Amino acid sequence: MVYALCLVLIAIGLYGVVVKKNVVKIVISMAIIEYGINVLLVLIGYRSGGCAPILQQGMTAATLAAHAVDPLPQALVLTTIMINLGMLILMVAICIRLYERYGTFDITEMRRLKG
Amino acid sequence: MNDALLFFIAIPLGAAFFIPMVSLMLKWVPDLLANAVMVVLATMAFLTIGQTGIYHLGGWGTLGIDLRLDGLTSLMLMTINTIGLAMAIFSVQYMNQYTSKLRYYSIFLCLVAGLNGIVLTGDLFNLYIFMEIVAISSYALVAFGCAHDELEAAFKYAVLGTVASAFILIGIALLYAMLGTLNMAAMSVKLAAGGLNMPITFALGLFLCGFGLKAALVPFHAWLPDAHPSAPAPVSAMLSGVVIKTAGIYVLCRLVFNMFTVQLVPDLLPILRLLGVASMIVGGILSIGQWDMKRLLAYSSISQIGYIVVGLGLGTTLGLTGALFHLVNHSVFKSLLFLNAGAVEYATGSRDLRHLGGLRRIMPLTANTSLVGSMAISGIPPFNGFWSKLIIVLACIESGHFWLALAAIMMSLVTLVVVLKIQKHAFCEEPKPVAAHATEVPILMRTAMLLLAALCVALALLVLTGVRTPCLIAPAVDALSTWVGPAAGAGQWMGI
Repeated sequence: MVYALCLVLIAIGLYGVVVKKNVVKIVISMAIIEYGINVLLVLIGYRSGGCAPILQQGMTAATLAAHAVDPLPQALVLTTIMINLGMLILMVAICIRLYERYGTFDITEMRRLKG
Repeated sequence: MNDALLFFIAIPLGAAFFIPMVSLMLKWVPDLLANAVMVVLATMAFLTIGQTGIYHLGGWGTLGIDLRLDGLTSLMLMTINTIGLAMAIFSVQYMNQYTSKLRYYSIFLCLVAGLNGIVLTGDLFNLYIFMEIVAISSYALVAFGCAHDELEAAFKYAVLGTVASAFILIGIALLYAMLGTLNMAAMSVKLAAGGLNMPITFALGLFLCGFGLKAALVPFHAWLPDAHPSAPAPVSAMLSGVVIKTAGIYVLCRLVFNMFTVQLVPDLLPILRLLGVASMIVGGILSIGQWDMKRLLAYSSISQIGYIVVGLGLGTTLGLTGALFHLVNHSVFKSLLFLNAGAVEYATGSRDLRHLGGLRRIMPLTANTSLVGSMAISGIPPFNGFWSKLIIVLACIESGHFWLALAAIMMSLVTLVVVLKIQKHAFCEEPKPVAAHATEVPILMRTAMLLLAALCVALALLVLTGVRTPCLIAPAVDALSTWVGPAAGAGQWMGI
């Protein structure tokens, strides 16, 4: 069920990228896709009722492994968030420059490249 | 050798960080440092010939991320760093047209680090990260000039590239959920043991779309003819020559032949052949009508990528040999042709074939190297392109796909038509007014073009070591086909 919700989030983002005409809205849609994927990644590592994967005092490695959620996807999500941030900054910078050149955010009016 | 693997990534990344720090005061540092770095990397790449190795990052042993070196990796490293060196030499004088050379070199070295990382890493998520480094630096480089069409192309490229990366990341997430590991070699062992199921097949489909888009296969090619011509010439050459092959073709090779294996998913080969032949024909035909020199070359890249993918899709040893040989050859002559286009633009300020003409008398070296590149790309003996296309056609016939062989030969003729169009309109004919004030380009730009033209001839000599087993290519094919065959080879992709 929750997995399906992630996919819905990703699909909403894809819809936005395909349909929207405003460059800023396209960038926002791309961010939504990335959020959907991040949630999916965290969910993959989740186990119901699991504890944080930190070795606390008086806990053996075996009990930790039996109860903790999978820490690897969390590390992956941190990394993808960094990548997405870089991506987002670059995209927004390109949007600002596009606005300076064309005087509009409407992608249908930016049509110099054809063929 | 194992410890040296890390330096392929660390040296360019370190230099990319170091260049902006020192070059605000010292203007000559970026040129010198970037070229020195590329010389070192190219030398190191040639030292990897015939070696294999594995490097575990962070002292976690087999648990952590590892870097792997085998025949294919070594071949790709040589290609990336040699072409990168030629581009760095060319950039020294070409990039004077732009304002911020230090930022250019910084992003360029990030690009090289990402490319080296993609071919070295043995971990799927790590591959995604390096791919994003490559992607972000190429978006930035395409937008580098900040003119109308450059920004527009960069935006288009970035949107499509990000969607492709998103697909790839979903695929990685699904594979991790199913297999519980991110190490590509360990994944392959588990896949061979567990077989396919629904999520894994879905992940494979996502990978095909994602990496197909990165490789600009038809129907995922729409971004390439905009993005590649808009960038500065050395960047176009790098994107068309190396990036689409490393981020697209190389990863597809690894996925299809080493991770999922053809035994497990036999349907992959017909899909690859279909994508390949579609790219070959569509790219070739669309390139005929172009008048922008670089745009024409970009469409021709799609067509040549089609040849490589058709060779891969045959799945035979000869097909793989042809495909990998063509991959190396194409990166050399397509970079050369893009540099020629850049030189013409540098000299005349235009790359519209309708306004050019008669440059042969003014720029003899550019014209002659361009002729070498043109003959190589259209498959005229004795240049390298002839041999790799010959091997691909022979492999098609050998495995009984006569229509593919026919298509490959026909599209080779189309390529000839396309490059002759450049030769006729840019270099022959009578001089047009735009060529009146043109002079031959500076010495370093000529050196880079001469280096690549010499490589076009030198690579043809590889077939002297055997058409079926050319040296340098044969180890790469072995690395891919070690697992073509029963599961006996499991774990041979170095390490486990």
